[in-house]
Amino acid sequence: MIEVKNLHKGFGGEPVLKGISTQFKNGKTNLIIGQSGSGKTVFLKSLVGLHQIDQGEIYYDGRRLGEMDDDERKALRTEMGMVFQGNALFDSLTIEENVVFALSMFSGMTKEEMLDRANFCLKRVNLENVNKKFPAELSGGMQKRVALARAIAFKPKYLFCDEPNSGLDPKTAIVIDNLIREITQEFDITTVINTHDMNSVMEIGDHIIYIKYGIKEWEGTSEDILNTDNESINDFVYSSELFRKIKTKL
Amino acid sequence: MFLTEGIKSFGKYFILLGKTFRKPENWKEYRKALARDLERLGLNSIGIVSIISLFVGAVVTIQTAYNLDDPLVPDYYIGIATRESIILEFSPTIICLILSGKVGSNIASTLGSMRVSEQIDALEVMGVNPAAYLIMPKIIAMVFFNPLLITISMFLGILGGYFAAEFAGVLAPVDYLQGIQSSFNPFFITYALIKTVVFSFIIVTVSAYYGFYVKGGAIEVGINATKAVVSSSIAIIVANYILTQILLV
Ligand SMILES: Nc1ncnc2c1ncn2[C@@H]1O[C@H](COP(=O)(O)OP(=O)(O)OP(=O)(O)O)[C@@H](O)[C@H]1O
Ligand SMILES: [Mg+2]
Repeated sequence: MIEVKNLHKGFGGEPVLKGISTQFKNGKTNLIIGQSGSGKTVFLKSLVGLHQIDQGEIYYDGRRLGEMDDDERKALRTEMGMVFQGNALFDSLTIEENVVFALSMFSGMTKEEMLDRANFCLKRVNLENVNKKFPAELSGGMQKRVALARAIAFKPKYLFCDEPNSGLDPKTAIVIDNLIREITQEFDITTVINTHDMNSVMEIGDHIIYIKYGIKEWEGTSEDILNTDNESINDFVYSSELFRKIKTKL
Repeated sequence: MFLTEGIKSFGKYFILLGKTFRKPENWKEYRKALARDLERLGLNSIGIVSIISLFVGAVVTIQTAYNLDDPLVPDYYIGIATRESIILEFSPTIICLILSGKVGSNIASTLGSMRVSEQIDALEVMGVNPAAYLIMPKIIAMVFFNPLLITISMFLGILGGYFAAEFAGVLAPVDYLQGIQSSFNPFFITYALIKTVVFSFIIVTVSAYYGFYVKGGAIEVGINATKAVVSSSIAIIVANYILTQILLV
């Protein structure tokens, strides 16, 4: 479980996040939604400690991030997997080397074991026969999936995904969504996902928080979202004609 | 304003050094990185350094011969003068300046693009210390390989001088050979290699500093690669003066 208390973060005096508090439970897919530029990426990066926060506290299963020394933080991070919005694959390494990177650094597995694990993870994200290719030789959506394979390779306890299915076709997007939800439940992972994708929100939104103007505007489940009368989230979720129609039908 | 910025950068540089010299998470992976860096930064420089050394050695010999064209100065002095300029200054200092352009811009732009594409963040989130993993192997590669490279350069520079004697006919090859063997001070080699080690350390760490802290995109990566070369060249020149003062005076 990850607990966030009163998180503030800004850049050069401009606040982006203005006091966000929430809890992310393990075994659940926690979704962060909000408009482009609302601070989802900043939130996720603050959560893992890539951004130094201005104020607030973050607890990983009771351990406070801000109070850890370098070694404790490194140890915590070996339990994290992260998919960056821009993939952040190591471009000088092959796909296979990317996926096994954390394993070869920390796991003490043999080459064969790592290769098996890489193949398994790549298969789970619907990728085959790309092991020896370099990231630049794959499409954007394929890169995104490699990034997810890399993030889950070392069996993380905490999984962070910044728009894991942006750039994917609807069918592959669902495969990815389902995969994330499956492993979250199966391995009791604390998963936090940034997304714009309303399909994901409805399909896998165990717990959703909606960020607007730097504060948590709304929080609930995918069920709640259908029934809420919060104007601002309705505005956001049902911005398309199609979704409005679906809502009235329901 | 300018001064405080300078002091800040200086502080940041030393903080980065502090982060760099930490215990590796996994020695085997660091050794692999070292092998890659030795090839990319070291072996790949042998060609250019060899060509430059041969030609500059030849030119130094010809120029010295013209300047010492005096019946009172024996010809073998030309050999001595060539040898001393190559060992003392050309190979360690000028070659390292050239390397600061070649290797320094490579390091700064590689690290810079890793920074802007969030690869450095990705390493960090995995629990790897990106400064140590990315910079330490490069320092070790350069600090151990460059003395060898500079020794090759000295040898080829002096050989270039011999070719000048043989083919340009500015002095008799026997005189040249006598010259390069006369009144030789072995400490000069030590002095040159100490300089090489210090300059190599400067090239890697200064360039890594500019690459590691890039903010922005492709343009900033380019700007910082240029800054890396300029700053490491200046640092080399200043260090050259200080080391010479300490070691030779
Ligand atoms: N490193 C930074 N320096 C300064 N400002 C930043 C930085 N990173 C983000 N911001 C600002 O913070 C705000 C939120 O950005 P963020 O990337 O979190 O948005 P987002 O919700 O992830 O958007 P999107 O859905 O488009 O990815 C933006 O106004 C952005 O300009
Ligand atoms: Mg974002």
